[in-house]
Amino acid sequence: MAIIENIIEINHLKFRRGDRVIFKDININIPQGKITAIMGPSGSGKTTLLKMIGGQLSPEQGEVLVGGVSVAGLSRKELFAMRKKMGMLFQSGALFSEMSVFDNVAFPLTVNTDLEPSLIRDIVLMKLQAVGLRGAAGLMPSELSGGMARRVALARAIALDPEIVMYDEPFAGQDPIGMGVLVTLIKKLNQSLGHTSVIISHDIQETLSIADYIHIMADGVVVASGTAREIRESRSAEVQQFINGHPDGPVPFHYPAENFMQQLMGEKVGIDR
Amino acid sequence: MHTRTIEILVGLFLIAGVVAALALAINVSGLTGSNNGSYKVYAHFENIGGLTKKAEVTLAGVQIGTVTQISIDADLLVAKVEMEIFSEVNYLSIDSSVQILTAGLLGGKYIGLSVGAEDEVLVEGSIIEDSQSALVLEELIGKFLFDKVSE
Amino acid sequence: MNISNKIMDGIASMGRGLLDNLAGLGRASMVLVHALFVWPQPKTSFSLVVKQLYNVGVKSLLIIVVSGLFIGMVLGLQGYTILVDFGSEQSVGQMVALSLVRELAPVVTALLFAGRAGSALTAEIGLMKATEQLASLEMIGVDPLRRIVAPRLWAGFISMPILSMIFAIVGVYGGALVSIEWLGVFSGSYWSVMQGAVDFYDDILNGVIKAVVFGFAITWIAVYQGLESVPTSEGISQSTTRTVVYSSLIILALDFVLTALMFGDV
Repeated sequence: MAIIENIIEINHLKFRRGDRVIFKDININIPQGKITAIMGPSGSGKTTLLKMIGGQLSPEQGEVLVGGVSVAGLSRKELFAMRKKMGMLFQSGALFSEMSVFDNVAFPLTVNTDLEPSLIRDIVLMKLQAVGLRGAAGLMPSELSGGMARRVALARAIALDPEIVMYDEPFAGQDPIGMGVLVTLIKKLNQSLGHTSVIISHDIQETLSIADYIHIMADGVVVASGTAREIRESRSAEVQQFINGHPDGPVPFHYPAENFMQQLMGEKVGIDR
Repeated sequence: MHTRTIEILVGLFLIAGVVAALALAINVSGLTGSNNGSYKVYAHFENIGGLTKKAEVTLAGVQIGTVTQISIDADLLVAKVEMEIFSEVNYLSIDSSVQILTAGLLGGKYIGLSVGAEDEVLVEGSIIEDSQSALVLEELIGKFLFDKVSE
Repeated sequence: MNISNKIMDGIASMGRGLLDNLAGLGRASMVLVHALFVWPQPKTSFSLVVKQLYNVGVKSLLIIVVSGLFIGMVLGLQGYTILVDFGSEQSVGQMVALSLVRELAPVVTALLFAGRAGSALTAEIGLMKATEQLASLEMIGVDPLRRIVAPRLWAGFISMPILSMIFAIVGVYGGALVSIEWLGVFSGSYWSVMQGAVDFYDDILNGVIKAVVFGFAITWIAVYQGLESVPTSEGISQSTTRTVVYSSLIILALDFVLTALMFGDV
């Protein structure tokens, strides 16, 4: 078996937002050229993790290594240089609303390269062709459906041929056809362009169908890691609750509260805050 | 909107700003770059009674120039007023007289000029000999009371 | 809970408030420094500033011209009815011009500018934050402070004095329209009394300096509120309101300070 190099290593990550602990101790390795999914219930800090990989947030303790270099230790300039090797697909697409689809995809190329306009045009058309929206090049983002906007954003994310492409909830809010299109696209692009894909999602079936490795986070730690098959066959109660969508289990239905009977029968009027 | 249209509108906006600045400087504050087109004459007054720089100089009620400087003549111990007269008004006789007048009861002071009979005219640096000071209300009342008392 | 605990809580919350405000001021200063003190890229920076000059300046022009005209006309009408009692109606030009260039043009322009352009800036930047456009720029390797914030700041600084001067001159002509055409003040005395009383350096330049300071304050507040807004629709609307309220208060306070320094011999 070939040695798989880890392009991203997350070691002993701790992070708090205000008083709320988001990460207690996170350890994840992401191998190069594969599709790795990080899953977990809402509020488990999946997007925060992506922001740390991209250097938009700094961890409190622990480190995030990208290509063997700690992200938090980079200067502003080095950070921007590193980000040119990353593409990120945001949940909302995050297309620049005042630019056309073509200009959106061309933007990373015009600001980060000295290529001739005619060459940029060819690259943009190729990327749009890859996501099936070459015909929409002249439209404005406001004229696109949610699924189309996300595909344009994907074309923009891969415009610079990045080494790592991160997807923040790529399937959220998509109709079944849109989901199917995105699942196929992510898989196809990963194979044809050879980049590393990191997917943040809580759409279980779609993610399990394409991810090579899956990590499930809950309560600030990684509760399960493995291939899709290993995850499906996991005996862990937390994993089973998450992938089967049981309403109650290790992740409780009730927000932590004092004993119900006590509160009902208690003397105090009103709610303690 | 097209970039070109935007650029043109922004250009017009900047031009409007420059025009507004010029209009404020010239029309509103009366700032003029050069003093070409005028000549200076002087007059002495015993009391200028509130005359200020930029006050009008008029002939028959029509402005023919402005007061540009007010100072004390150290030899004569009277006020020395410098006036700039528009150069097209080149027919003021050398024996013209000036008088400090008031526009309305509380209005600003201005200088009224009356032309004399000589053929020689005022030129750059001329001094108008015949001058009448401002009417000072307190002096007038004082004089009136003094006359009453002495009657 | 006993009294002394409550007092200590009160003191603690005051201290926390002060620290939060100081931290906010620090972050706002960082934004300013980062956005302004960078080497501009001549070509892109210029076209971005032009675009923002359009959004901030040209789009505010109509409301400024209309307000300037009406305020000038009202000043002419009011000034005339007061001055005519003293027989000094020819001084109406002086009154209109001095009120406008020293006080009303910079202050009213600034208040309108805060409502028109400041709120739009906050909402626009807040929306870019909420739709992750700012984060997306960062990930593409472009600093949003340079790309988004800097051109807007410059456009605000440049636009305010221009708008204020346009306001003043339109107002002076509005006053002239009412006084000369309707009320029959002699046009020569309207203009010459005005020119006699208004000094270019003391009055007009000081008015422009006020406008520059106000423009700086408004744009800074607007941009900062946009960047700090909570990225929800409610958060953006709150930030927009804060921009207008803070800007208005700051304008009036700064106006007092500047007036005291310029005209008050303090």
